[in-house]
Amino acid sequence: MNEAQQAGLQIDWAGLAPMIIVFVAAFGGLLVEATVPKGRRLVVQVSLAVIALAAAFAAVILNQGKNGTAFEIEGAAIGSVVLDGPGLFLQGTLAVLSIIAVLLLAERRTTRGGDFVAEAAVVADSAADKAQRREDGATEIFPLTLFAVGGMMMFVVAGDLLTMFVALEMLSLPLYLLCGLAKRRRLISQEAALKYFLLGAFASAFYVYGMAMLFGFAGTVDLAGINQAGVDSGQPRMFLYIGVAMLAVAMLFKAAAVPFHMWTPDVYTGAPTPVTALMAACVKVAAFGGLLRVFNVGLASSAWDWHLILTVIAVATMLGGAIFAVTQRNIKRLLAYSSIANAGYLLIGVIALGEAVGQTMFYLAAYGFTVIAAFAVVSLVRDGDEEATHLARWAGLGKQSPGTAVVVTILMLALAGLPFTSGFTAKFSLFTAALQADELGLVIVGVVSSAILAFPYLKVVVLLWLNEPAPDAPTVNLPSPMAGTVVAAGVVATILLGVMPGFLLDIVDQASTFLNT
Amino acid sequence: MDEISYAPAEGVLSLAWLLIALPAIGAAVLLLTGRRSDKWGHWLGVATIGGAFALALAMFSSLAGLENKSADLDLFTILSVGDLDIEANLLFDPLSAVFCLLITGVGFLIHVYAVGYMAPDAGRRKFFAYFNLFVAAMLILVLGGNYFMTFIGWEGVGLASYLLISFWQMKPAAATAGKKAFLTNRVADVGFLLAMFTMIGALGTVDFAGVFNGAASLSTGTSLAIGLLLLAAACGKSGQFPFQTWLPDAMEGPTPVSALIHAATMVTAGVYLIARSHVIFSLNADVQTAVVIVGALTLLFGAVVGCAKDDIKRVLAWSTVSQIGYMFLAVGLGGGAFALGIIHLLAHGFFKAGLFLGSGSVMHAMNDQTDIRRFGGLWRKMPLTYATFAAGWLAIIGLFPFSGFFTKDPIIHDAFAREGWQGWAVGGAALLGAALTAFYMTRLFVLTFHGPKRWTDDVHPHESPAIMTVPLVLLGLGSLGAGALMATSVPEWLTPVFGEPHEVHGHLSHMQVTVATTVVVVLGAGLGWFLFRNGTDEVPRAAAWPVRAARADLGGEAVNRGLFERPSRLAASASVAMDGRVVDGAVNGLAAGVGGTSRRLLVLQTGFVRSYALSILSGAVIVVAALMVVVVQ
Repeated sequence: MNEAQQAGLQIDWAGLAPMIIVFVAAFGGLLVEATVPKGRRLVVQVSLAVIALAAAFAAVILNQGKNGTAFEIEGAAIGSVVLDGPGLFLQGTLAVLSIIAVLLLAERRTTRGGDFVAEAAVVADSAADKAQRREDGATEIFPLTLFAVGGMMMFVVAGDLLTMFVALEMLSLPLYLLCGLAKRRRLISQEAALKYFLLGAFASAFYVYGMAMLFGFAGTVDLAGINQAGVDSGQPRMFLYIGVAMLAVAMLFKAAAVPFHMWTPDVYTGAPTPVTALMAACVKVAAFGGLLRVFNVGLASSAWDWHLILTVIAVATMLGGAIFAVTQRNIKRLLAYSSIANAGYLLIGVIALGEAVGQTMFYLAAYGFTVIAAFAVVSLVRDGDEEATHLARWAGLGKQSPGTAVVVTILMLALAGLPFTSGFTAKFSLFTAALQADELGLVIVGVVSSAILAFPYLKVVVLLWLNEPAPDAPTVNLPSPMAGTVVAAGVVATILLGVMPGFLLDIVDQASTFLNT
Repeated sequence: MDEISYAPAEGVLSLAWLLIALPAIGAAVLLLTGRRSDKWGHWLGVATIGGAFALALAMFSSLAGLENKSADLDLFTILSVGDLDIEANLLFDPLSAVFCLLITGVGFLIHVYAVGYMAPDAGRRKFFAYFNLFVAAMLILVLGGNYFMTFIGWEGVGLASYLLISFWQMKPAAATAGKKAFLTNRVADVGFLLAMFTMIGALGTVDFAGVFNGAASLSTGTSLAIGLLLLAAACGKSGQFPFQTWLPDAMEGPTPVSALIHAATMVTAGVYLIARSHVIFSLNADVQTAVVIVGALTLLFGAVVGCAKDDIKRVLAWSTVSQIGYMFLAVGLGGGAFALGIIHLLAHGFFKAGLFLGSGSVMHAMNDQTDIRRFGGLWRKMPLTYATFAAGWLAIIGLFPFSGFFTKDPIIHDAFAREGWQGWAVGGAALLGAALTAFYMTRLFVLTFHGPKRWTDDVHPHESPAIMTVPLVLLGLGSLGAGALMATSVPEWLTPVFGEPHEVHGHLSHMQVTVATTVVVVLGAGLGWFLFRNGTDEVPRAAAWPVRAARADLGGEAVNRGLFERPSRLAASASVAMDGRVVDGAVNGLAAGVGGTSRRLLVLQTGFVRSYALSILSGAVIVVAALMVVVVQ
């Protein structure tokens, strides 16, 4: 008998297993960097990452149905890690999406040696930089990714603000670094990393300040405790309001809501495309998982206070993202603004609270698959060694590479929310749930915004099929099985969730109740 | 009225689905195997119809042994929404049985004929695929156990008809004719759909049993609506007034198509629909009157136009319009006349198929010419065609002992039996129609086979091969004998469907009608023979207005043009203008607005991290301030 058990501490190791597996694999990855010969590192790292994530997914599956906390002292729950329906579903979603993202990171056929360099901080275009670009791509990205994914998995099950903060930093720091590792266009990549880091740190400061305020108000950082304090705390409510505001700012920054979105287009464009895919899909899941938990569990009792301002932000985000997207000429920037607009739709789900938790999670999963596949295709269309991200270069792609063009068309239609794609079912179920929560105004704005946003997507489709290709049109590189799997999985999920979404809707329906609400 | 119910199918009757499946499989194989089946495809087409005919015969005799003479076969559920369940079920009862025999029997003979007729055509396999498709759809139509199934068949035959009318789609006339038939039928089909919607709304079902049992509880307005809507659908499919214009144009299709689809079977679907829905039609005297008026009007209309046409197939087409008018008249009269309509339909199926196939044989001999002014004297060159055509001719004009005599005279008698002045009007129209029929059919017959030769120089008439003449002979025999055989047996056979026939006594007795009809028919035929015994002008002469009107289809086309085409064109150009100026203007303005806003706002995206941080800060200030405002309130 060890001390912990003597003190009556009980730990649900199985419940923690998904995170433990990912973190152990991440440290294992670091050891691989140090011990395995260079030539074999890629294979070992990729297999390690994929196997770990698959195992984490299996562990999540085994945990299904749990509704409690991972730690208990003498039978009393400690809420730092909460294993409930939404938490487990989002962990599972993260595991699956990050397996796909890892495969995209591992793509080596489209650019010789991969898209990554080993050191982010080397002065761009210096001799040392040129030397590292000639080398085969860095494999450090895999442990870094695992750390980030582990942080995200922790973020969605964190039941108190402190654990959540640790998770937030754990997911953010590797991402800052990953953004600066692009092999081509080094300078813009470094710029992206620096911007993301500076603004991320800025936002984290807001988080800590907000947490302090809420602690002052509630006397606890536990979300359920804060909720209870919202009802019966004797402290001035001013603390609560400032705390909520600061916390919201920090989390909406990660979620890329207007006016905290400005980093998004620059970072999405500068970061290596596979990393952008990881951010657009997985970070979005984590950020909204956290938002859902904070607002449903911690701030439901003060809903009346924050409802208006969050509504304003949601409207600004939906309209802003869509309107900005209209004039974009770069496919990565277009997808960045589209991700902002989608954050707006997801905010409707947050505002609708308990009515829409399941539908918001469905939306996250559906959007994640589509957007990863979209970025994967972006990484395939190339001018020589560089990605052809300017939309004008995509003109007439349908004539030269009809297969790719069909894939892009399906993804664009899904993003535009046309029926028979996951985009439609996701939007439809989310908006329906919001209507049930009496959020008619938000739904109207959401539909208007979707209509505006359909224009840039359809413009891409028109470009692909109805324009003549330029004589020096970009080539579509045949992907290796890695990126090929990514595209295939994304497209299949997009169509499957559009045609027969029933099974996943049933799952999210069962998994839609937070513990302690 | 007794509760209507249908017993479940047993034994060979449970194979009703195979009846449809055989031609459907034939069509699928022929379409999917492509050129590989060019060599043997037509024989497969013939074999599936032959098999279906054999099966129909077996089912017919099996049905005869049943006590309640009906068999219901549930296949699967098509649709289940709320309280509404639509099943795919088949109903084999005396009415559908005779239709099955007609469709597969006459269909088989025409398929055999088509093997010879289409031999020179490169698309023969495709032709047989569509032909099989038609038979499958037609069988669904008559076997369907509810209105929805009937509608599936209804649309299926419409599709097959479209494909076959424009089978030679390279000919602009054929392509246009196909489109015309399709569009006209679509308009009428709206009636069918609305009728089904009304049934679902009022009774919650489209099942025959459910609708008929609930019909008595319907309000007069509802039953009137359902009846008139079904009548509109029936008029469209059967080429009745005011939808008659597509049928003569449909003759652009290959002649076997005209024989099977546009004479013997599909165009009688309207009669089937009314006969099947006899419960609804019998409920409401106004609906019945409407049917009678449509029938009487159309039978005269068709006969008058038929007198002025010079194209062998078009004369026959207008005569089809006219003869179906007789059938509508009969089913409109109701009571015992329902069965009379059906026997005239069956007899017509035989003799009109024979006449059309005969005309095909003539066209074969005359280099595909159809102008009867350039025929004449063909009886020597093609004796078999001549003899069978003569049988058909005598059958359609209704001289004893040919089949028309047994089927048309009772209709005329029942028309006279209608009460009051309507009886005289309708009966008179039917009698006049008989005289006109005798006149134009005799004109057709004499100009084609008798009188001096007026051939163009390059034709060398010859008798058709056996594969074409054998079906002709069989159909000719049918024209001879079928009427007498069916005159009493078929109404008796149909009793379970329509109820016990009762003798009607009206203005004129049977004997009076028979004498009067025979007299006018002989007069009409004699006049025709006398006027055209020496042939006719090779180009039409200027004529008085009745002839000119008849040549112009009695203004049917002009009405269509004025009433539908011109307003549609106006509406189309108005909507183009509306779309171009108003809608596009608004859309483009909106798009420009959004784009401009986008460009203006994007100025904020400076790329400087300091301004991004400022944006976050201002956002935070606003959020805090907003929360405070809420608090202060």
